[in-house]
Amino acid sequence: MNTATRVLPGFKITLGYTLLYLSLLVLIPLSALVLKTLSLSWPQFWDAVTAPRVLAAYRLTFGASLIAATVNAVMGLLLAWVLVRYDFPGKRIIDAMVDLPFALPTAVAGIALTALLAGNGWIGQYLEPMGVQLAFNPNGVVIALIFIGLPFVVRTVQPVLADLEKELEEAATCLGATRWQTFSRVILPTLTPALLTGFALALARAIGEYGSVIFIAGNMPMVSEITPLIIVGKLEQYDYAGATAVATVMLLISFVLLLLINALQAWQRRRS
Amino acid sequence: MTLKPRLLLAALTLSAAGLVQAQTGLLNVSYDVSREFYKDLNAAFTAHYKKTTGQDIKVDQSHAGSSAQARAVADGLDADVVTMNTTTDIDFLAEKGVVDKDWRKRFAHNAAPTHSTMLFLVRNGNPKGIKDWDDLTRPGISVVVVNPKTGGNGRMAYLAAWGYARSKGASDAQAAEFVSKLYKNVPVLARGGRDATGIFLQRGIGDVLVTFESEVVSVDKEFGSGKVDAIHPSVSIVAENPVAIVERTVKKKNTAAQAQAYLDFLYSPEGQEIAARHNIRPHNEAVLKRHGAVFKPIKLFTVEQYFGSLANAQKVHFNDGGQFDKIFGQR
Repeated sequence: MNTATRVLPGFKITLGYTLLYLSLLVLIPLSALVLKTLSLSWPQFWDAVTAPRVLAAYRLTFGASLIAATVNAVMGLLLAWVLVRYDFPGKRIIDAMVDLPFALPTAVAGIALTALLAGNGWIGQYLEPMGVQLAFNPNGVVIALIFIGLPFVVRTVQPVLADLEKELEEAATCLGATRWQTFSRVILPTLTPALLTGFALALARAIGEYGSVIFIAGNMPMVSEITPLIIVGKLEQYDYAGATAVATVMLLISFVLLLLINALQAWQRRRS
Repeated sequence: MTLKPRLLLAALTLSAAGLVQAQTGLLNVSYDVSREFYKDLNAAFTAHYKKTTGQDIKVDQSHAGSSAQARAVADGLDADVVTMNTTTDIDFLAEKGVVDKDWRKRFAHNAAPTHSTMLFLVRNGNPKGIKDWDDLTRPGISVVVVNPKTGGNGRMAYLAAWGYARSKGASDAQAAEFVSKLYKNVPVLARGGRDATGIFLQRGIGDVLVTFESEVVSVDKEFGSGKVDAIHPSVSIVAENPVAIVERTVKKKNTAAQAQAYLDFLYSPEGQEIAARHNIRPHNEAVLKRHGAVFKPIKLFTVEQYFGSLANAQKVHFNDGGQFDKIFGQR
């Protein structure tokens, strides 16, 4: 980009500030993490991050997070749609309720969900006789992650949807598009970047979540242990290096996932 | 030397603040469930200190998971004393040079003024007839315990079961089989002691909960008596509550004497009585006898008896790739 075309000055100073701020807040803590990992030899590192228990925990954390983020993307879009497009009594209250998972201490969420879904809970008591168990197994993990990730998709899609001109849809209909075509060809492409952002945020949040999940997961090795629990477990045995090793791998996978989503967004933008 | 008045004032205020702190402040960094005990103890100690020395003292408390607290102290939290529920946490501080290497010798009873042991809680009336550790391995019995990876409570439960098998003459291999049979009956591994209590009592999961004696009795108070029965197995483990002075802090704050007096107070009849009232077993015979109804006699073994030391048990059983991992690898 040519500097002459910029209206507002201050590129250098703002970039410098951005880099400084990011370094202080993100890069320095993360490099401390990597540095601590470096105290391990390569075979030690490899053993720490590929132990069967740890592998099972990666599978659960990333699998459950992906499922939860996907559910949130679909349901969040629906919620945003209802909140933007329709007027109904109590809309403001419902709108505010969407943010509650942000504000609630995660442990409270975990305990509340467990109380509902356990075999003697309000909901669990009806499900358990049918053989559906939602607490103390991986199902519980997914439910907790859906709960904490809900606001991300709604809040990223909402403003874009509000800006979307109704005339576009009307024009599409006038030009003979079916309802499905209007949705899939006109509305969805406009929403996709916001939807992907929301998905990525919900995913990132779910991967790092600890507080709510441990209450509902059951925490059985090989079955329902999430990766953050493995890290806490390693800290309990004063295995700092092992804990940071697992954290580093987690961070790498998360980073790759987020990069992929960004790339997807860029590709989508170019296409439209 | 000329000092600007404002600077002088600031310097004076700062040094005064330092003096006040040196005179009156102690920070006791402790484990999670000891909050109420130390609240009572600190009040008694403050009165006791005023009476014996004529000086005021204030004891602040900090509570969280035992090893999280130890890490915080190692990283610089200015604790004058640490009062933990596992010796490995203080060993870790000794290793970091924050606590005297010989901390076990600084106070009586291996620097553990009080201890607890592992008991069972069963549903009211004991419908499954659970009496001893053997019953926990019976098919169809569901056992709630804490994950040894994340809580001292869980480590003690595991070691108690192992020690029970050994006390019956089992070899290490047989003990391993016994313990892994027990853990096959575990539907949920709780994160910590309170979490386990919640799972057993509020979620209604399991036939038996294995937890600290100090928790068992407080459950009655919190959830109302008559919901559960406490069962004393034939044999159980001594779970020490070790204490130590944090040399790094007391040197800096010049509070060694106060810290010493505080920990000594834990051994006094008054301190032991307060511990007993919070269901923590005292060493003092007279106090123990007075609370005989709560502290039923039980054959206790120490960690050292079967495992050498807790640090050793940690390495063999709970570290990655250890015996506990093997149990769950087999499932």
